Order: sequence, then structure tokens, then C-alpha cells
Amino acid sequence: MANRIALTGDQTAAYAMKQIEPDVVAAYPITPQTEIVMSFSQYVADGEVKTEMIPVESEHSAMSACVGSAAAGARTMTATSANGLALMWEIVYIASSTRLPIVMPVVNRALSAPINIHCDHSDTMGTRDSGWIQFYCENAQEVYENLIIAPRIAEHPDILLPVMVCQDGFITSHAVEALEPFDDKDVKEFIGEYKPEQTLLDINKPLTYGPLDLQDYYFEHKRQQSEAMLNAKNKIPEVFDEFEKKFGKKFDFVERYKLDDADIAVVVLSSTAGNVKVVIDQLRDKGIKAGLLKPKIFRPFPDDEIIEALSGLKAVAVMDRSESFSNQGGPLFNEIRSAFYESDKKIPIVNYIFGLGGRDIDLEMIESVYNDLMKIVEAGKINKKVNYLGVR
Amino acid sequence: MSDNKNGWKDIPIGGMIKKAGNAFEYKTGDWRVYRPVIDREKCIDCLLCWIHCPDSAIKVEDAKIVEVDYDHCKGCGICAEVCPVNCIKMEKEN
Amino acid sequence: MEIRWHGRGGQGAKTAAQLLAEAAMESGDYIQAFPEYGPERAGAPIKSFTRISKNPINIHCGVTNPDIVVVIDPTLLESVDVTKGLTNEGLLLINIAKPAAEIKKVLNFDKGKVATVDATSIALDTLKLPMPNLPMLGALLKLNPIVTLEALESKIKKKFLEKIGEEKTNANLEGVKRAYEEVNVSE
Repeated sequence: MANRIALTGDQTAAYAMKQIEPDVVAAYPITPQTEIVMSFSQYVADGEVKTEMIPVESEHSAMSACVGSAAAGARTMTATSANGLALMWEIVYIASSTRLPIVMPVVNRALSAPINIHCDHSDTMGTRDSGWIQFYCENAQEVYENLIIAPRIAEHPDILLPVMVCQDGFITSHAVEALEPFDDKDVKEFIGEYKPEQTLLDINKPLTYGPLDLQDYYFEHKRQQSEAMLNAKNKIPEVFDEFEKKFGKKFDFVERYKLDDADIAVVVLSSTAGNVKVVIDQLRDKGIKAGLLKPKIFRPFPDDEIIEALSGLKAVAVMDRSESFSNQGGPLFNEIRSAFYESDKKIPIVNYIFGLGGRDIDLEMIESVYNDLMKIVEAGKINKKVNYLGVR
Repeated sequence: MSDNKNGWKDIPIGGMIKKAGNAFEYKTGDWRVYRPVIDREKCIDCLLCWIHCPDSAIKVEDAKIVEVDYDHCKGCGICAEVCPVNCIKMEKEN
Repeated sequence: MEIRWHGRGGQGAKTAAQLLAEAAMESGDYIQAFPEYGPERAGAPIKSFTRISKNPINIHCGVTNPDIVVVIDPTLLESVDVTKGLTNEGLLLINIAKPAAEIKKVLNFDKGKVATVDATSIALDTLKLPMPNLPMLGALLKLNPIVTLEALESKIKKKFLEKIGEEKTNANLEGVKRAYEEVNVSE
């Protein structure tokens, strides 16, 4: 049996941060912050890490301090959730636009109003166009592994973009699970030392960050960001390979579950994918060829992988734990449908908005989605493009 | 947009400016409507204009004012305003 | 195996769910333990859950059909449907100073097994505090050896020795043992 420790998802993120041992963590210490920062600051207080911990007075200041720290050449992390992410919004864009490889675990929780502290993806889906790389995690083990791989991706010289590692509020953040961590030494070796090409503190090579950048160059800088996200798509597999070499675990943009011979499938992010797997096992016992596709990375968007995985199917349901209010369904649905426009395969794709504000998504609800898909296959057409699952 | 500027592949990422002091290359002198002219006869070299100039356009050598850097002076007139002996006149550019 | 715990905020339902899970993990199982968060305050009815399996656990939704329900506060019997979703072979364990057969009749729960133990009195005798959660774990292990009593004891020692000292830890262990012996089961 591998070494297992019982930790909540929050504590798992803090444990990964301990092993990464960033130079600087700047964070707002109370609500809407999560247990991540509390647990990590305990490691700092106990002298287990040499990280400089900067408690600040708001999430806006937390990300601001991270921007300064990362520009100064320090490996920098913070953590946030929900309204905290909303408050740091302005600086979230500045971090990615300034090309600073900050890594941030995010606990996905609903945005007010009305006031709600439970899980949905409104917070990070709102930042989907901010130029951050985004991981979504099914369980504590994935929170851990995605955080360990994140600095290598963020700091890759051809990428240099910040990374969010998102997990489901309460569902995984507050649940105790058995984590199988890697050795401290292996993690240290895998992550290596952060050696930025140039830093703000190098007095021999003076450098200015964050200048005024008007009509003449701003657009060029945005074009560079697009290129960086494209590079991310192309270079991340190299980091996956190194991860596999070091830890013996395969990594990919997407996870497929019983998809190879499937007729119908669900696409969903994060912890709900686990529930879907249970339903698939039950359906398979009844002879129904059901499958799952779980994107592990949403930015850069794994379009080729998704098209390839879904092309052979007869019908697909995309489940979104956030609403975009576009009258066109949720963000995951939109991107997948858009990706399929270029494809020769035109398969029926429907959307289910679910679980807003922490509404539990149980096995019956997921089974009902597969039942709907079977009806779509039978009828050869979609009745309703956007559906709301589990709402009264 | 013009023409001889570098494209996205040829500029530092993230808006970084890697060359220190390059603001000097940007000539702001042509923004001027009024130019400051110093009457050296009256000037007492108190250096108040040098301290106040937002563009560091008052040139000083050996603690004495030598000239105005008209390549960078925007003609704001602060120097004339702070001069205690009224030796700086703002004259209309031709 | 899925267990649902009913208690009131501050009675340690979350801790009990977690302790059992951790003891099971140390015995080689995969685990999950999580509370159901509502408006949190001391005294409010709360639920927590434990899942234990020989295989990795994929499911992440709330437990709807538990194999075991543990009621840490007997006053909840009047306000909460504690038998909801309990499977036919299920076990209902209640902290109450009444014989199990009597409770079984009152609750009109004829499907599964009912067990009772006066865990609050045991906690007051041993720990001198009305904290019935750990004795409930002892009683539970008598009825279903999810982990051995020794595994639980070692987990409790590991968790509490440093935090609350030897005297209180031993008092807790004494409470666990007494409940293990005193639990009463209906037929």
C-alpha cells in the first residue's frame, strides 16, 4: 500500500504548497479565503517551509503583492475562492498580462447574490478569458497532482502564464480523503529551482514592468498572450511526459472513462465526474454503452482532444456548473459546440446547467441525463438545447 | 498603425521595458506652445526651476543653470511660476 | 460502506465521521469523510458522512442510502427523519438511555437493526464532559467491526495525546470501551 494520509481538499492544496515551498505566499487570511491559507501558514509558523508569508488586507492586495513578488523573481503562490477571486479580478488580468507565473489554488464557490458559500464554478468561469491556465480537479489526489505540475507549466519559458488549480467548494475542499503524496525529494527535483530570465531586482539589468501601453503596442502584447496560450497547448504535453517519468503516472488534458465503445457520453468538470463514473458502471451493468469525458484542463482549451474523444458518439450531454446568461448555455457547452463547428462529425450536443450554489447532484439526476440522451438518439433530434438539472 | 514599429514577435513580453532610461529618446519638445527663456542677467542660480521641472529639462552644471533642454521641455511654465526673481519669460513659439 | 451521522453543532459528529475514516484508511481502506454544511452554529442539527471502500471512491455526492445511521443527539429523533434512506439490512445506532427494542417500536422502524447506548452518561462519567461522539464510535465497532477497537484506540491516541494530554485521552478511551461493552441491540 502506498503511503496514504487523510486530508481535506484544502489541506491537500496546502500540503502540495508545502512541498513546492514557494518563495512568497501573499494571501488574505479570512473569509472568503479557505482553509488552504490557514493550513499553509501553520507550516510557515512551524518552520517547515522558508516561504515568506505576506498576510494582506484584501484579495485585491493579495494578488497585487503576488504580482510584485513574481516580478521580483520569486516563485509566488496565493489561494482564493468565490467573492475573493471577484475582488482580485483587476489584478488577475494584470498577473497574466504581465506574464507572471503565479500558481493559485482556487476553491470553486458560488458568487453572491443571494449570499451562498457552496460549490459552483461561477467564480473561475468568470475569469476564463483572463489569460490564466485553468485546471479543474475531481478529487483531492488531482488537486495535489495538478498543483505539483502547475509551477512547471507556469514557469515554462515558452509559456510564462499564471495557473489556477480549481477544486469544488465543500465537496472536495472540506471532505477528508486518502491522499497518496509523492516524496518531498522527488517533488523538489521535479519542480526544480525557479530561475527567471530577468527580474525586477537585478540592478545590472534594469527593467520596467507595467508601463503605459497605448494604441501603438498594447495589441502586440495581447497577441503575445494568445501565442503563449497556444504554446501552453503545445508544450504542456512535454511537462506531462516529465511528470510521468518522475512519478510513473500518466497525465493528459482530458480523462476518458469507458468512452471507447460508448454510444452516449457526458462531459463534465471536477468532482461531478466521479458521480458520473458510478452511474456509468450501473448503466453498463444494464447493457447501456455510456461514457464520460472529463476535461482536466479548461484553459488552454483542449479542442482536438475533445473532438477526437467525442466524434464517434451518437449524442453528448455537456454539464455546466455555472450559468453564462448568454441564452446559449454554459461556458463548457459553448466551447465544445464551437469546437465541433470545424468538425465533419455533427453530433447532437445538449447542455445541462446543474449544481448552482451547491445543489447536490445525485446519481438519479445523472441517470436522467443519460436517459435523455438515449431518447435523443432514438428520435434523432434534440428537443431542448439548454436544460436545467435539479432546479424546482 | 505605423510602419517602422516592431511586431509582436520582436518586442519584450508582458510590456517589460528592458532598456533603462529610454524616455530620453522620446522628444516631447514639439508639444510646446510657449517656450521658457531665461534671462541670465537676472538669474540668481537658486535652482528652484531645476527642482520643480517635471521633465528634468533645466540643465545644470557646477550648481549653475546653463540652459533649457528644448528637446524635452513641454512648455508647462512651472519654472516661470516658481522663479523668485521673475527671470524666466514664457514666449510664444513661432 | 456508507455511514450517516446526526448530531448538533459542537457534539463532534464531524470528528467522529473523520476519526472512523482515518482509522479505516490506516487499516488499508479508501475513505471519505465530510460534513453537510448549513448555517453553522453550536446546537444546530448537522449531518456528516463517512464512506469506506476497498477500492478508490469516485462518488462525491451526499449519502442518500446509508448502511448505518448514528444519532449522536437523542433530541433529534423528534425533529429529523433519522431512518430516511436507511437500507433494509441497515443499522440505526442511537445515543439514548432506553432499551433498543423500545426505540425500535417508537420509531416504527421494522426493517433493520436498532441499537442504543447511553453515551452521554458514559462521557459524563469518564470525560466529565457531555461529548458522546467517541463513545458512539466504540458502540458502533461492537456492532460492526469496520476497524478493530485497537485501530480506533491507536487513532484516538495519535490524534488527541498531544492536543489534550494523557489524562483526557485516557478518559476518552475509557468511554469508548464502556460504550463498546454497554451497547444494547434489538432483535
